[in-house]
Amino acid sequence: MSALMEIQDVTRRFGGGRTLLGRPKPAVHAVQGVSFEVRQGETLGIVGESGCGKSTLAKLLVGLQRPTEGEVSLGGALLHDPAVFDRRALAKRVQYVFQDPLSSLNPRKTIRQILEAPLIHLLQMPAAARQDKLMEIMEAVRLRPEFLERYPHEFSGGQAQRIGIARALAAEPEVLVLDEPVSALDVSVQAQVLNLLDQLKADFDLTYIFISHDLAVVESVSDRVLVMYFGRVVEEGTAGELFRRPLHPYTRLLLSSAPVPGRKGIGAEARIAELPDPLAPPPGCAFAARCPHASDLCRETLPVLEREGESAYACHHPRKGEPWPPANVEAAGD
Amino acid sequence: MTAAATATAPAAKAGSGRPSPLKLFLRNQLAAFGAGLLLVIILLVILTPFLPLQDPAATDPANRLLRPLAEGHLLGSDHLGRDILSRLLWGTGVSLLVGLSATSVAALFGSSIGILAGYFGGRADTLLMRGIDMLMAFPYILLALAIVAALGPGLLNALFAIAIVNIPFFARNIRGVTLGLAKREFIDAARLSGKSDLSILLTEVLPNVLPVIVITVSTTVGWMILETAGLSFLGLGAQPPDADLGSMLGEGRKLLITAPHVSVIPGVMIFLVVMSINLLGDGIRDLLDPRLKSGALARPAPMTEVDRPSAQTAPSAQAVAAMSAKQGSVLAVHDLETQFRIGSDVYKAVNRVSFDIRPNECLGLVGESGSGKSVTALSLLGLVATPPGRIVGGQVLLQGRDLLGLDAAGLRAVRGDGVAYIFQDPLTTLHPLFTIGDQIAEAIRSHKPVSYREAWASAVKLLDAVRIPNAAGRASAYPHELSGGMRQRVSIAMSLANDPELLIADEPTTALDVTVQAQVLKLLDQLRDDTDASLLFITHDFGVVSEVCHRVAVMYAGRIVEIGPTEEVLSAPAHPYTERLIACVPRLGEPGRRLEAIPGLPPAVNKLPPGCAFAERCPHAEDACRQGEIDLDAVNDAHQVRCIKPRNGQGGGAA
Amino acid sequence: MLAYTVKRLVLAVPVLLGLTVIVFLIMAMIPGDPATAILGSYATPENVERLNRQLGLDRSLVEQYFVWLGNLLQGDFGRSYNLNRPVIDEVLERFSATLILAGASLLLCSIFGLIAGVVSAVRQYGWTDKIVTFFVLVGISVPSFWLGLLLVLAFAVTWRLFPASGMFAIYGGGDLPDLLHHLVLPAITLAVVATGVIARLTRAAMLEVLRQDYIRTARAKGVSERRVIYRHAFKAALVNVIPVIGVQAGFVLGGAVYIETVFQWPGIGRMLVTAISTRDLLLVQGGVLVVAASYVLFNLLTDLLQHLVDPRLRS
Repeated sequence: MSALMEIQDVTRRFGGGRTLLGRPKPAVHAVQGVSFEVRQGETLGIVGESGCGKSTLAKLLVGLQRPTEGEVSLGGALLHDPAVFDRRALAKRVQYVFQDPLSSLNPRKTIRQILEAPLIHLLQMPAAARQDKLMEIMEAVRLRPEFLERYPHEFSGGQAQRIGIARALAAEPEVLVLDEPVSALDVSVQAQVLNLLDQLKADFDLTYIFISHDLAVVESVSDRVLVMYFGRVVEEGTAGELFRRPLHPYTRLLLSSAPVPGRKGIGAEARIAELPDPLAPPPGCAFAARCPHASDLCRETLPVLEREGESAYACHHPRKGEPWPPANVEAAGD
Repeated sequence: MTAAATATAPAAKAGSGRPSPLKLFLRNQLAAFGAGLLLVIILLVILTPFLPLQDPAATDPANRLLRPLAEGHLLGSDHLGRDILSRLLWGTGVSLLVGLSATSVAALFGSSIGILAGYFGGRADTLLMRGIDMLMAFPYILLALAIVAALGPGLLNALFAIAIVNIPFFARNIRGVTLGLAKREFIDAARLSGKSDLSILLTEVLPNVLPVIVITVSTTVGWMILETAGLSFLGLGAQPPDADLGSMLGEGRKLLITAPHVSVIPGVMIFLVVMSINLLGDGIRDLLDPRLKSGALARPAPMTEVDRPSAQTAPSAQAVAAMSAKQGSVLAVHDLETQFRIGSDVYKAVNRVSFDIRPNECLGLVGESGSGKSVTALSLLGLVATPPGRIVGGQVLLQGRDLLGLDAAGLRAVRGDGVAYIFQDPLTTLHPLFTIGDQIAEAIRSHKPVSYREAWASAVKLLDAVRIPNAAGRASAYPHELSGGMRQRVSIAMSLANDPELLIADEPTTALDVTVQAQVLKLLDQLRDDTDASLLFITHDFGVVSEVCHRVAVMYAGRIVEIGPTEEVLSAPAHPYTERLIACVPRLGEPGRRLEAIPGLPPAVNKLPPGCAFAERCPHAEDACRQGEIDLDAVNDAHQVRCIKPRNGQGGGAA
Repeated sequence: MLAYTVKRLVLAVPVLLGLTVIVFLIMAMIPGDPATAILGSYATPENVERLNRQLGLDRSLVEQYFVWLGNLLQGDFGRSYNLNRPVIDEVLERFSATLILAGASLLLCSIFGLIAGVVSAVRQYGWTDKIVTFFVLVGISVPSFWLGLLLVLAFAVTWRLFPASGMFAIYGGGDLPDLLHHLVLPAITLAVVATGVIARLTRAAMLEVLRQDYIRTARAKGVSERRVIYRHAFKAALVNVIPVIGVQAGFVLGGAVYIETVFQWPGIGRMLVTAISTRDLLLVQGGVLVVAASYVLFNLLTDLLQHLVDPRLRS
C-alpha cells in the first residue's frame, strides 16, 4: 500500500499574535507537530479524548482549517498550495462526514438540493446526468428515492447521517474523513451506519480516516490506529498490534478504562485526572502528571515519536513486553 | 441524545398532531385582532383619496375648534378650522408610510451589515461592529436629534435619522444569528460541496436569517412609527402645511385645555396603529420562533401533574400494591405510566413500568434514546416537566409510601433527602451563579435545620468524600471553573448530602471522557458500598451496566421488555431486542466480530402498534406477536421477559 | 474587580473619542456655510468671517477636529449665540435637571418592570399574567408624549393633584417635597415604556431560566419552590435583564426630550429641541456630547454590575 496523504510536522495554533500594545496574546496549540501517512485503501483510525485535537486534525485534512506550520500533501502535491489545490480541486478528492448529522444539513433545503450542490459545483454535471447520479447515490446509502423531496427534520439521526454520507460520496472523492460519524447515534443505528460504511468502502474504493473517541468502534473498523493526547500523536500502530500490545501508558489507560459488556473490572486512575493547562503546557510529556511510570526525564524532555516497523510511540518508558490485558480484568459471573 | 432532550421532547419529529401555521396564527386571538385592526386602518388609508372628505389643508377660521360630531366635521375641526377626520386619515397614511420606509431602510442596511460581519468574522466583523457600537453609545433618540439638527427639520430628514438610529439594532440582532449559523456544520458542508462564499451567503445563510429579519421588522415597525411621530411632535418632522399624526398632536398640544380633542384624537390613532402592529408582530414572532411552537416556553410546574384513575389512589389499592411489592425492597414501582401531550398527540413515554430495587442494590435501566428510561427516572419524584408531561397511572412506593400521592410539600421533603438525583451533564445541571459549596450547603439546609456555616463544613466533607483535592478551597469555586469529571463529582457529593436511601443516576457518565468515566463509575460503585444506599443507574451502555449493576432492566418504546441479573441478561438474553442490541455493539478486543445491525427504527410512542412494539424489527416475530397485550413472564425466579417466544439461550450474548 | 474596572475605564476612552468623531462628522454634514448656519441668515459678513476663523474652517477637516477636540478637553464647548453664555454652563445646568427626571424614571421602571416580569412569569397564563401582559402591550404602544398630555389633562387640569409643568413652584417652592411633587407625573410618563419593555424581557428571561436543567436540579434536591424562583431563577434571569436595563437607560435619557417638552421640565432635552429650532448648533453639539458621554459611563456601570452578578465573566 502506498501513501496517499502525507502529513508532515503539522501544527495548528489558535489565538496568538500580538495585541495593539505589542503584548503576545495567549495561544493554544490544538495540534502540534503531528506527522503520519494515510495509505491508499486503508482505514486509519484516530482515537483520543476531548481536547486531544483530533477534530482540528480532521478539519486540516479537508482544508476547513489551515495548518499554522507543517505540510499536508495529497498524491504528492501540497494541499495548501493554491496553484495545485483550490478549494474545489481538494473537495473533489477529499470529503468529510460530520459528527452531528442534523446540524450538517441545512434545515431549509430539501435532500435533493443538498445532494445536488456537489454535483453542480464540483462536478459541473448537467441536469439530466444529475438525476441518474442522485438515484445511484441514494441506492448506495440505502435510502428510498422519494426521500429526495423531503427536509432534514423529517429524518431520524441514522437516516440523516446516511444523507451526510451520500453528500460526501456525491463528489466522487478518494478519501473520506469521518469525524465521529456514529457518536450521535443510538447503538442499534450505529451498527447500520458502520456496516454501510464498510460496504461503501469496498464498492467505491475509498480510503477512510475514521475519528472517534470510542475505542471499540475504532478497533472494529481500522487497519491502523493513531492515539492522540493533548494535540500530539502518542502512539501509532496496526489495529491488531496496538490493541493487543499497547506501548504507551496513555493507550493502556484508555484501553483499561473502557467498559466492555459482559466484563467487570475496568481500571481507573486513583488520582483525579486533568489535562494540562493548554495556555501553559508542560515542557516534557503532557501525560507525565498522570503516568504511573513517569520519571524526571518525562517531566523535562518531550518524548519524540520513535518508529519501530509499523509501530511508533512517543514515550521515554514504553511498556514493551509487559503483559496485556492486566490481570485485574475478570469475566462477568466469576 | 441527552437526557433532557428525551425528557422534554419525546420524539420531536414532525407530528401530525400539530396544527398548521395559519391555524396557529388565527388561534392567537390577540394577533388576529391586531391583524384585523391594522387591515381596517390600512384600507381606510388606501381609500382616503376616494372618500368624500374635505381638503385636509383647507382652512375655515369661522369654524375653528369645533367639537367632534359637529355638523360637517365628524371629528371636529382644529385651530384653523381644518377638518380633523380628513387630516387624521391623510396623516395616518403619512405616518405609516414614513414608519415603514424607515424600517425598510434600517432593516436593509442593518441586516446587510449584520450578515457580513457575522459570516466573515475577523477584521470585517471587528470593524463593522465597532462602528455599530459607536452608534449605540448614543442614547437612542439623541442621535436622531443630532442628525435632524444637522440636516434641518423635515419629514424626510426625520425618516433618515430614525432609520440610521435603528441600523445598529438590526445589525446586532442579525449578526448574532449569522454568527451562530456560520459555526453550524452545514455551512462547512456547503463549502465542501464547492459553493462559493456568495452562494453560501445567499442560499445557505440568508434563508435561515430571513425569519429573524421578519421577526425583527415586525417587532420594530410600531416603534419606528412612534419615533417618527415623536420627532414631528417636537416640530422636527413634518412641516406645515404637511401633517402626520405626530405633528397634528404637536399642534394640538397648545390647545390641550381649551380643545383637548385636537390632540387626543391623533394620539388615539397613533396608539391604535402601533398597538395593532405590535400585536401582529408578536403573533408573527410566535409563529416563526420554533421554540414557542413546541410550547417549550411554558413554565414547568414544581411537580409533575398526577392524574391517576381513582382506583389507584385509594388507600386499599396502595395497601395491596405495598403488600405485593417484594418484601424488603427500598423502592417498588408499579405500573407507572407517564405521557406527554403535544397538540392532539399522546406520547406514551412510560407505559406501565414496574420494577423494584433492593437495599444497597444497583439496578440498571438500559435503553436507546426515546425508550423512556430517563422519563421513568424523572417520574419517580415528579420531575417530569408539566406541561406537557403527566403521570396517568401507577404507584411509586418508597419504603411502602406512595410518592405519587404526596402533595408538593410532601414530595419536596423526599426530594434530595430519601431519594437524590445525579444528572447527565453537570455543566448545565449545576447553577452557574452559585459556588459549589453553596449549592451543596443548600441541599443540606433544605432538609436539616443547621446553620449555613455548619452546612458549608459538611459540604467540604462531602467534596472530600468524592475525592476532590483541596476540598475546602474548591468549595468556593464556581461550576465553570471545574473540569467535567470534577463537576460530576460535585453532583455526586450533592446527591449524598442527606444520606439518601436511593440514588438515581441518569446517564451520569455519558458526557464524560472514557478515562474520567472509569473514575466516576468506580467512585459511584464504592460510595454505594460505603453508604448502604441503593442505586438506580440509567444508561445506554451495556459495558457500563456490566461494570456497576447487579440487575438490569431493558426498556423499549416505553416498556420494560426484560429484567434480570446482569450477567444472566448479558450472557443469555431472553428478549430478541436485548439479544440484538448486545450483538450490534462493537466490543473491545473482538474486532473481527460482524456487527448485526437491527433493521428499521423504534416505533414512535404516539403511534404504538398492538402487541409487541419490537415485532416489526424482530426476526422471530409471528402473528401472535402483533396482537393483544404481552405480559412480563418469568424465565426463572429472578429473570422476566416480555416475549411470547423468548430466546432460551439460543442466541449468543456477551462474554 | 478593581483591575476590571480600570480596564473598562480605559476601554471607554476610545468610545468617547468615537462619540466626538461622530458628532463632529454630523456637524460637518450641515449643508452650506457652517458659520451662516450657526449664526443664521441675518448675520453680518464680519461676524461670519470672524466665526469662520474662530472655528478654524479655513483648515482641513482633520485639523479642525483636533483643534475642536483640544478645546473640548479644556472645557471649551463654545458659546451659545442665542443665550450668549458658554455652552458648557448651560448644558451642565440643564443636564442636572434631566438627570433627576431620568434617574427617577429608571428607578421606577427597573423596580416595577422586574416585579411585573417575575410575577407574570410565575403565574404564567393566570390572571395576573394576563393583566401584566395587557399593560405591557399598552405601555409599549402608547406614545409617551401623548400619555403625558392625558395625565396632565386628568391629574393636573381636572383633579388638580399634581402640577402640570415645571420643576419647582414659582412662588414658595424650591425644596425637596416641591421637587418630588413636580416630579411625579413626568417621571411616571417617562417610565411607562421602559417598564413595559423590562417587564416583558424579565418574563421571557424567567421562563427561559425556569426550563434550565439547574432548576430541575434545585427541585430535585428539595429546595422550596419559593427559593427556586426567587433565588435560583431570578438571579439567573437578572444576568439577562441587566443589559436590558442598560439599554433602557438610553431610551429613558432620549425619551426625556419628549417628556421635558410636554411638562416644561427645564432639562437638556427641551434645551436641545429649542436649540435645534433656533439653529443654535454649538449648543446642540455640546448637549449631545455631554448626554452621550454620561450614557457611556452609565453603560460602564451596568457592565460592572453584570460582572458582579455573573462569575463566568470574571474568569
